[in-house]
Amino acid sequence: MLSFAARNALKPNVCRAFAASARQVRGIQTASLPPLPYAYDALEPHISGEIMKLHHQKHHQTYVNGLNAAEEAYSKTTSVKEQIALQAAIKFNGGGHINHSLFWKNLAPANEDGGKLVDGPLKQAIERDFGSVEALKKQFNATTAAIQGSGWGWLGFNTGNKKLEVVTTSNQDPLISHVPIIGVDIWEHAFYLQYKNVKPDYLNAIWNVINFKEAEKRLVEASK
Amino acid sequence: MSNTLPPLPYAYNALEPYINEQIMTLHHTKHHQTYVNALNAAEAAYAKASTPKERIALQAALKFNGGGHINHSLFWKNLAPSAAANKGTGGVLKDGPLKSAIEQVWGSLDALKKEFNTATLGIQGSGWGWLGYNTQTKRLEIATTPNQDPLLSLVPIIGVDIWEHAFYLQYLNVKPDYLNAIWNVINFEEAEARLVEASGNSKL
Repeated sequence: MLSFAARNALKPNVCRAFAASARQVRGIQTASLPPLPYAYDALEPHISGEIMKLHHQKHHQTYVNGLNAAEEAYSKTTSVKEQIALQAAIKFNGGGHINHSLFWKNLAPANEDGGKLVDGPLKQAIERDFGSVEALKKQFNATTAAIQGSGWGWLGFNTGNKKLEVVTTSNQDPLISHVPIIGVDIWEHAFYLQYKNVKPDYLNAIWNVINFKEAEKRLVEASK
Repeated sequence: MSNTLPPLPYAYNALEPYINEQIMTLHHTKHHQTYVNALNAAEAAYAKASTPKERIALQAALKFNGGGHINHSLFWKNLAPSAAANKGTGGVLKDGPLKSAIEQVWGSLDALKKEFNTATLGIQGSGWGWLGYNTQTKRLEIATTPNQDPLLSLVPIIGVDIWEHAFYLQYLNVKPDYLNAIWNVINFEEAEARLVEASGNSKL
C-alpha cells in the first residue's frame, strides 16, 4: 500500500509542482498564461470575442507551453552549442509570452476607460514628441501597417533621449531598445477573422480599447 | 513593363473543401493584388532612382512585393482541384520522374509530407514551405523562406503559403490541419513539369 506522500507524488499536478519548485531552486520559474483582465467579449465591437478567445487560449497558451519546454531543455544542458541551438525557441516563445502579456494589459473595455487619454504625463509626452494624439496614431498605424511579415507596433520610451518613439519588432521579438508603453499585435491572427486583409481598419479600431492608464503607469515607472 | 495579377487557373471554390472559396477570393484578389500594385510602384521608383543609396533604400520593397508576386504566382499553379473530391487531378502523384525523385530521398510520398509539414510548422512567423530541386546535387530538398522571400537556393517545385491569411478563416490556429488538407490539392503534374525543366530532362 502506497504511503500518503508517495500517492500524492504520483499525481500529475503534484509532480509538476515538484518539478517547478525544483526549477525554482535553480532560479527558473515556470511560465503560465496570465488571465485576461476582462471578459473575452469586453473589447467588442473593436476586437471580437472570437478573436480574443483564440488569441488568449490558443496562441498565447502555445507560446507559454513552448517557452516552458525550451527553458526545461536549456536547464538540462551544459553544452554551449546546445544552448545556442535553443536560443531561437526561447526568443520566439519567450517573446510571444512577454509581448502578449503586455498586450492584454494595455487593452481595456471602452466602458472601463479604454481609449480615453486624460491630462497627465502621458498626454504631455505624446503632445511634446508627436504634436498631438492624432498625429501619434497616424504615425503608429502607418509604421505598424508597413511591417513586412508578422510583428508588433510599439510606442516605446527611449531612456537615452527620454522621448516617446514609434518602433516595431518582427515576429515575436520583444522590444528591448525601448521601454514598452503600448504594444499592438499585427500578426494576422490578431485581426483577420474580423478585419480580413484590411489592416488599417483594425489599427483604427484598436485605439478605442487602448488602456492609456496602464500606458501612463509604464511611462511614469520608466521615467523614474 | 507592368506586373499584373495572373488569373487563377480554376474557380475560387474549386479547391473546396480543402481551401475554401472565401480564402481563395481574398488571397488572390486582395493579398496577391496588393503585392502586384506595390511591386509596380517600387519598380517605378527604382527606375527613377539615380543613386545607389536610393536604390538600396528600395530593395526591401522590391524583395517583399516582388517575392510576394513570385511566390503567389507559383502557388496558384501548384494547386489544383482535388481528385479526392472528384474535381480534378489535385493530390494524385502518378509514376514518373517526380515520384522517383521523392522516393529516392524520402522513401515515400507520405514520408515527404510528414517532413515537409514539420519543417513548415517550424517557421517562426510568416513564410513559405518549399519542396525544391538542388541543381548541384540533383536531388529534391525541403526548405523554408521567411516572410515573402523567394526561394533562391533551390528550384521551386512545390510551395505552400503558411502566412495566417492563407488558412486562418478556415483552420483558425490549427496549422497542422491546413497542412494535412492542402496535400489533397497539390498539383503534382505542375510540380513534375518544374522538376523535368529544372533537371534538363536528364535522368535523375
